[in-house]
Amino acid sequence: MSKAPPEIISLYKQDSSALTLKWLGKPLKPKEDYRLVRGRGTFVDDIQLPRMTYMAFLRSPYSHARIKRIDVSRAKSMPGVLLVWTGDDIKKRMRPLPQATPPPARNAIDYPLAVDKVRFQGEPVAMVVAESRYIAEDAVNQIDVDYEPLPAVVDAERALEPGAPLVHEEVGTNLIAHVHYKWGDVDYYFQHADLVVEAKFHYHRFTGAPLETNAVVADYDERADVMTIYCNNQAPMEWLPQLSAGLNMPYPKLRVVTRDIGGGFGTKLINYVYMILAALASKELKRPVKYMETRTENLQAAAHNAERTCTVSAAVRKDGTVLALRMRCVDDDGAYSRHEPAGMTVWAQVSTGMYKIRALENDYYAVFTNKCPSTSIRGFSRAPHLFMIERIMDRIARKLGMDPAEIRMKNLVGPEEMPYMTPSGGIYDSGNWPEGLRRALEAADYWGWRKRQEELRRQGRIIGVGVVVGSDSAGPNMAQVKMYNPGLPYTGGTEGALVQMTPDGKVRVILGSSPQGMGHETTAAQVVADVLDVSYDDIYVQTGFDSFSSVYTMHSGTYGSRFAPIGLSAVYLAAARLKEKLAKMAAYLLKCPEGDVVIENGAARCAKDPQRSMELRRIARIAYGNVNELPPGMEPGLYSLAIFRPPFQNPDENRRANLALTYSYNVHVVVVEIDPETGMPKILSYTALEDSGRIVNPLIVDGQVHGAIAHGVAEALYEKYHYDEDGNLLNPTFVDYLAPTALEIPDMKVIHMETPSPFTPTGAKGMGEGGGTAVQAVISAVEDALAPLGGELGESHADPETILRILKGAARGKSEV
Amino acid sequence: MSQELRHIRVKVNGQWYEADVEPRMLLVDLLRDVLGFTGVHIGCDTGHCGACTVIMDGRSVKSCMVLAVQADGSEIMTVEGMEKDGQLHPLQEAFWENHALQCGYCTPGQLMSAYFLLSRNPNPSEEEIRKAIEGNLCRCTGYVNIVKAIKAAALKMSSSKAG
Repeated sequence: MSKAPPEIISLYKQDSSALTLKWLGKPLKPKEDYRLVRGRGTFVDDIQLPRMTYMAFLRSPYSHARIKRIDVSRAKSMPGVLLVWTGDDIKKRMRPLPQATPPPARNAIDYPLAVDKVRFQGEPVAMVVAESRYIAEDAVNQIDVDYEPLPAVVDAERALEPGAPLVHEEVGTNLIAHVHYKWGDVDYYFQHADLVVEAKFHYHRFTGAPLETNAVVADYDERADVMTIYCNNQAPMEWLPQLSAGLNMPYPKLRVVTRDIGGGFGTKLINYVYMILAALASKELKRPVKYMETRTENLQAAAHNAERTCTVSAAVRKDGTVLALRMRCVDDDGAYSRHEPAGMTVWAQVSTGMYKIRALENDYYAVFTNKCPSTSIRGFSRAPHLFMIERIMDRIARKLGMDPAEIRMKNLVGPEEMPYMTPSGGIYDSGNWPEGLRRALEAADYWGWRKRQEELRRQGRIIGVGVVVGSDSAGPNMAQVKMYNPGLPYTGGTEGALVQMTPDGKVRVILGSSPQGMGHETTAAQVVADVLDVSYDDIYVQTGFDSFSSVYTMHSGTYGSRFAPIGLSAVYLAAARLKEKLAKMAAYLLKCPEGDVVIENGAARCAKDPQRSMELRRIARIAYGNVNELPPGMEPGLYSLAIFRPPFQNPDENRRANLALTYSYNVHVVVVEIDPETGMPKILSYTALEDSGRIVNPLIVDGQVHGAIAHGVAEALYEKYHYDEDGNLLNPTFVDYLAPTALEIPDMKVIHMETPSPFTPTGAKGMGEGGGTAVQAVISAVEDALAPLGGELGESHADPETILRILKGAARGKSEV
Repeated sequence: MSQELRHIRVKVNGQWYEADVEPRMLLVDLLRDVLGFTGVHIGCDTGHCGACTVIMDGRSVKSCMVLAVQADGSEIMTVEGMEKDGQLHPLQEAFWENHALQCGYCTPGQLMSAYFLLSRNPNPSEEEIRKAIEGNLCRCTGYVNIVKAIKAAALKMSSSKAG
């Protein structure tokens, strides 16, 4: 609402005095890429253990059905089949998965294999473990199930109506949670507005579809009584409670490992169900069990995003000032709450978007339907929320006869108000957003395109220009879950790191994260090199996560764009502490006052007498081996462990809190042309401006921007799940779920601003999810193209069929789709 | 369901291998699980993603769409065969230099398709490059740096030949 109070700013402010700025910002060749361009990554399916066995699933063809009988006898008797389990076998071996939902949704009973009833198409009903994957899949086909189909509920708003089929009878309703948010005097602003603009929008269902599907190898070592689970989960520590409860094993006996992960995009957060099943089977057989999901299984039944439908009203002044928003939203979370309804609070990180909106009210519902369970797909919850805001901004602009760029410029938070506190208590850390918008418009030749658009329209061509702003809010404060379930004991947002100088003077780094291509080995090495001023090549970062060696907290993992703001801050702290210890040792060894020791270029020297210097590797050798040379009483070794903790707080009684540490900013400008024959939009020009604070490695930042744009363009134009009214998913393969190729994704121009965050020691902000800005921008451009024909888009997906309907409807008069 | 095994020979990355395989075994499973070329990745089950692309008798093929028995007597190159004497192939070098990958899962397939393209067309246009990797899905990079890397490698390879 205004600049954040000084005491809050000083609470969040971080010291960055250990930076040398010698290694940050350089386009160093990523460390990970060397093994990956040679095909030498270690993905889960590459792990081969002696006596390995293979797991496969029989899945439900129905979206909602009672399981009357399962006959596994033929499958069990097949040579090479080691184990066949149904829901009843699992029920005997584990308690149901813990539920993070408030009552009564908490009463839902969730097992990784269906018990008594199936609730979405593709839900696992039985599992086989066999000597080979081929045999396991053969055996799956020999299992007979009698189902009694039940009426399905596939529409979220209908799910709330009385008499709707119940997904979970024991809950008694399809409602997962309902929260009413009210920040600021919404009623006042609506009473005093010049006009109220209202619209309803739907954010559609899609997925991240990483190229590597979910996979797990579980290996129970009977002698040590240790369960090792090699997996591609994005946040193993977040699910350790589930695993520990499911397997009835304490954390020190449960080793969860990730190595290279072939993309995640949020989909790999809820694959813990496979991890539990493989681990239970490995314990039973005392042999390693491997599972590699097929693509069809992945697209049909692994993880979708939650659909969101919002009715949005905006209280507006004639001059284009947007005063307040009132919303009613329904999230369709699918059949189980395995990650959701987290999305019903995460949006609040960017509650009022990038604008000085004074007040906001949101009546918010999350519901069960007979569809695939949902999770946090790239841009999670903030993207659909910003979609609602950016779409209503376009509608307001059109109503007032303003240019979409102009209305945004009018309402953007200004640089003089940073750090800015939103009505919901969010603290936007830094940036010059109006300047960013100006630069993006210039780089895209926005006003030139507006002129050309006029000319081309006169020639009958259908051209649209979209300009939207967005935020990649990053590094979440998990206390946001308390906004829908105050009892949850999960708050803050932390990460750990270990930086060790080994006796040879090299540096070993261990992280708590589990990256899927984000270059953590590279950027962590750059931060360590920068702080210690040693060579990037001398830094060795452990690949992936290992609960037996990584420094972790229960927030550890790679999601919510958290590595740059939180993970790298832990790396910075650990490196800075190591530097202090090196300086102490050097002071004694060089007989130099501690304050005069300078650590530079791999050596320590005394500022007053440059003759007195010592290479760091000599100090390292002394620290571990020649210990009698150390200062008396000083602890030997050069280990430095740090856990970074942002000063997050719990939401107050009005649910006000800062829910993310950093807020990257982006502006996308898109020009599209629509083919009048096919209705297909073609992107003529794509420009993106990104300000994600200090750039650690431009190669990696640009790569993330490209990827987020590609996902957004795909979601807006190609990727959409279609369920029929019985809950059948009509497009569960790459044949009809249209992941775009190099021919569909346009070339793109990426430009930067670099406003360091005052709230992280490196100045870097989280980025890479893109906040859905690309979806908004493409839809905005398509609607701009159709506007003279009277067409409006009500969804985040504009397929040619919808567009053709508008084009045809134009002849008959105004249409709304 | 076990069927009679067939004896086959394949030459992979310059070396002959023999194996007894079920007639239904896919070439990708032979390469990965029997012969240990795990750089050949599996990303789908419908022949769409291209992660398993290899060069077979001079042509790029999706090894999940070929049976191992069909490869009997064939010469195959996988990503593991690109390096020569510990030196990265110019395509690998360019992918690294331009960060033409993030998770690295599609990368071996992209490299194989690019290798096949440059073997037929040493100076491809951007459009030709995009067409050549159309069968290789990438979910991380938006293809921007992949296209850039293939261009850079083509330039480097043709200039080193000219020189």
